[in-house]
Amino acid sequence: MKRVAVIGVGLTKFGELWETSFSQLFVEAGAMAINDAGIDGSDIDALYVGNMSGGRFVDQEHISCLIADHAGLAPIPATRVEAACASGGLAIRQGVMSILSGFHDIVVVGGVEKMTDVVTEKTTQTLATASDSEWEAFMGMTFPGLYALIARRHMHEYGTTREQLAMVSVKNHENAIHNPYAQFHSKITVEDVLRSPLVADPLRLLDCSPITDGAACVVLASEEKAREFVDNPVYITGSGQASSTIALHDRKKITVTDATVNAAKEAYARAKREPRDIQVAEVHDAFTIGEILAIEGLGFVEIGKGGKATEEGETAIGGRIPVNTSGGLKAKGHPVGATGVAQVVEIVLQLRGEAGKRQVDADVGLTHNVGGSGGTAVVHILEK
Amino acid sequence: MSSIPRFWRNMKSRYNLIGKRCTRCGEIYFPPRNFCSNCRRRGELEEVQLSGKGEVVSYTVIRTPPEGFERQAPYVMALVKLDEGVMVTTQIVDVSPEEVEIGMRVESVFRKIQEDGEAGLIYYGFKFRPAKEE
Repeated sequence: MKRVAVIGVGLTKFGELWETSFSQLFVEAGAMAINDAGIDGSDIDALYVGNMSGGRFVDQEHISCLIADHAGLAPIPATRVEAACASGGLAIRQGVMSILSGFHDIVVVGGVEKMTDVVTEKTTQTLATASDSEWEAFMGMTFPGLYALIARRHMHEYGTTREQLAMVSVKNHENAIHNPYAQFHSKITVEDVLRSPLVADPLRLLDCSPITDGAACVVLASEEKAREFVDNPVYITGSGQASSTIALHDRKKITVTDATVNAAKEAYARAKREPRDIQVAEVHDAFTIGEILAIEGLGFVEIGKGGKATEEGETAIGGRIPVNTSGGLKAKGHPVGATGVAQVVEIVLQLRGEAGKRQVDADVGLTHNVGGSGGTAVVHILEK
Repeated sequence: MSSIPRFWRNMKSRYNLIGKRCTRCGEIYFPPRNFCSNCRRRGELEEVQLSGKGEVVSYTVIRTPPEGFERQAPYVMALVKLDEGVMVTTQIVDVSPEEVEIGMRVESVFRKIQEDGEAGLIYYGFKFRPAKEE
């Protein structure tokens, strides 16, 4: 496909931001991205916003209008994109497509979620709406519960160990220490994970991404337009998206995320790249098993070998393919609608050489964002 | 899920494990669907009574319950593969969590699923328990 440039990135601090409102979060990240790109508000043609559940978290729908209004961008068209935790990744893709279609030259794509205004039970219930409401959530299933089912089966089929799952969390916490925007800056050990309270066996608290407020934003531009504003843009060279069954019970095999496999196939084909070309990746580790499923589904390691690869340090900074240098969803935080956009921000920083102490040597990076238990997956490939 | 019609529409399947089968390709759907994903417009679906017998494919113990399930936690949730080949998401009851294992034979029972907060609705449906002698 034709390349689309990322000319600006912005991010709020991720965490429990009780003093910051939903729209403030977005505006903060947006202003940072626009400033980074060196564009003016009047240069922007359109706005895409990834958001999972403003309605349930902050009693606010019509997010697109709210953001455009509060960002001072009206009357440009604004569109909200929703695919549960993959909302942000999907918003990026909508922005890419709107530029490739020739409709727009410069678009702002952001993601935002405000999750701490409601109590934990409400959050749990809201996240469970990413599953089949009538036949999973209705029965008492939760979101960690679904990933726990996958984790247990993965351990059963491939011999993935409880310790290997914990190592994903340990690595991502380690990476987050060097990310000033991350929710956690605490080093943890395998023993800490194994001693943390059970949420849904075999998954424990430190296997789960936290409840987070935050926003992320990027400015996308056509290749021609990008040169007017920046000297060395990072390019989105591949994009892929796929759907699967919304309910885990309708999948033929629960230990392979077929939406990830299919989205990756499309993204690799469009970018004319292969898994071995990827030098840094941000993947969807909403739960530790999620990162193992991701690196397998994306083709970085063989199916079933994700746990072993993690244990051997292949996905650590300095390893063969550093994964989640930002700290990932686990330690950077997971404001669901913002996550897919924040992943792109991290890869852009890495490719620009602006990732500070977590910097890796890379020219080609990848982002991978999943909705639900794997009903939606979005993959993007970025290059210098 | 505080809506009577929404529950009522699925009652037949929730109470009696009635699914759908495509008369063209034989694929069975539970929860029931209106459209065969393999044959699409060329397929035709008919009702099929499922046996309610199957085995545990995977399981977990929910310790952080959603609204409406607080009083049941901790409880066992599982994916059960029915003998007809379809999987269902279900609670496993009449057993302590430590006794559940992958491959365990189970059978369906009719139970209360949840109570709907202030609306006061009580939802019934299937759960599964360890199978009696087969």
